[in-house]
Amino acid sequence: MKSNRIRLLAGPYLAWAIAFIIIPLVMVFYYGLTDKNGMFTFDNVLAIARPEHIKSLWIALLLALISTIICILLAYPLAMILVNMKGNSDKFIVLIFILPMWMNFLLRTMAWQTLLENDGVINSILKFMHLPTLTLINTPYAIIFGMIYNFLPFMVLPLYNVLKKIDPNVINAARDLGANSVQTFLHITLPLSVPGIISGITMVFVPSLTTFVVSDLLGGSKILLIGNVIEQEFTSNSNWHLGSGLSIVLMIFIVISMIVTAIFDKDGEGNAL
Amino acid sequence: MKKAVSVILCAVLLGSMLAGCTGSKGGENGVVYVYNWGEYIDHETIKMFEEETGIQVAYEEFETNEIMFPKVSAGAVSYDVICPSDYMIQKMIDNDLLMELDFSKLPNTVNIGTQYFEQSEQFDPGNKYSVPYCWGTVGILYNKTMVDEPITKWADLWDPKYENNILMQNSVRDALMVALKLKGYSMNTINQAELDEAGAALIEQKPLVQAYVVDQVRDKMIGNEAAIGVIYSGEAIYTQRENPDLIYVVPEEGTNVWIDSWVITKNAQNADNAHKFIDFMCRPDIALMNFDFITYSTPNDAARELIEDEDIRNSEIAFPDLSKYNNLETYSYLGEEGDEMYNEVWKQVKSE
Repeated sequence: MKSNRIRLLAGPYLAWAIAFIIIPLVMVFYYGLTDKNGMFTFDNVLAIARPEHIKSLWIALLLALISTIICILLAYPLAMILVNMKGNSDKFIVLIFILPMWMNFLLRTMAWQTLLENDGVINSILKFMHLPTLTLINTPYAIIFGMIYNFLPFMVLPLYNVLKKIDPNVINAARDLGANSVQTFLHITLPLSVPGIISGITMVFVPSLTTFVVSDLLGGSKILLIGNVIEQEFTSNSNWHLGSGLSIVLMIFIVISMIVTAIFDKDGEGNAL
Repeated sequence: MKKAVSVILCAVLLGSMLAGCTGSKGGENGVVYVYNWGEYIDHETIKMFEEETGIQVAYEEFETNEIMFPKVSAGAVSYDVICPSDYMIQKMIDNDLLMELDFSKLPNTVNIGTQYFEQSEQFDPGNKYSVPYCWGTVGILYNKTMVDEPITKWADLWDPKYENNILMQNSVRDALMVALKLKGYSMNTINQAELDEAGAALIEQKPLVQAYVVDQVRDKMIGNEAAIGVIYSGEAIYTQRENPDLIYVVPEEGTNVWIDSWVITKNAQNADNAHKFIDFMCRPDIALMNFDFITYSTPNDAARELIEDEDIRNSEIAFPDLSKYNNLETYSYLGEEGDEMYNEVWKQVKSE
């Protein structure tokens, strides 16, 4: 009786999952594996091998990889500083990090447009100080920058969570037994924080790989990422079959990263959000 | 009891989810769903329409014809009134998406100049489906303080001097039109060799291009972000008002003359209200308000008469004498295969 009641409570979630996860997935696979006449085909998936598609996939993988690595390098020291802060000030800093996420993703990216433009805020300051101006907007660097800015909190939070949970006694024991701070970090802190790192990587890498807004707004549409190709197929080219076929390819990468997370993060320790 | 409560909760939750889909029933005289280009109307006119008729307007915007089409053809949202361009209207007629208009319900269409209906015959034979709303050309907007000599032709967009100072249109037909005209071909060609040549020209030009954008050309040019931009003539007056250094030219090699027209979808739920909306938009005072606001050339002759500023009423930019220019063309629908050829070439350019 009791278990039935609990199951009923899950009803809305089930309805939600069916309507907004299962049905769309089925539709993606249906469109991806059929042609315009509704005949079964692998052509849409294999179309990834076409030069313009494979190139956009490579660029997307490369940019996502770079921004993920930079995010780790930025977020790890920050998370360690936060954990070691006295009192409640770490909670305040974490709040500051989450705060921008309450604002719309698009608006935040558009704000960077005004900052990075040739006649934008940064270059105006440089001009005022009689320094040479920089070409920032509409370059691959601007895209990477936009990715890092938008997805950094997703790296900081899991790292912070996992580091916070490390028992200080373990670290103290290592120091007592003669390990210096570098050794303690390499042999104790780092291995214990792997679940957080992996979870952070997934949460930064996957959205970076699939984004099309960042490259449109900060890259001036000059660099075509795989996300842009798929978006174009659905919107302007109205070829849903090809768009879905390429989405299936992209899904493979997402599934791989989910499996990796599942292996390293068995207890869901790194799940911050 | 508790079970009943949770069942009711579920029902309420599901019900509210579904209720979101049906939407509100609108004003006292119903509702009309309008799908128009971005920043393409004075919103005050919509309010006036709502007040005068008691019909609520659900207003949505699109950025390119190509984005609009799949949303309408998929039927996911049932729009009543749409404002596509010439070739897209032809495509929608071909796909049986449009309703024949009842001109007895559109008395104000007499205000539209006959030459615009004649021009519309190219994509809407017999003028059965569309009422012209705006028209113009595609041309070059340049900043006179940022160039050495006046820009006069498309070929100037391939001048290495202007590296990183050129804004191109990020839509397949407009971008390829520039390259096809540069090479002296028709903008409606479906000759693969000609298209490949145009694609190669765009790839050659790519290192010089600062960005491929649509509506943002306007703001970037006003903000001195680039020296040269490809833009619709309707933006010229507005941009000059904001930044007097900007000059609009119709390129020597010829360009596109376009008409954006109101149409009603085949399965419009509110066809009567849709006719009322279109008719309202053709009223001279309303057309004038829209012209003042969006500054796109109006085909509404009665509205043009009402323009107080003589300079604008006789402005060569707002109301050009098309007979003076060579090689003007209107886009025509290329068929599904033609569309695919263009999309493929454009994708190769973008991925380069």
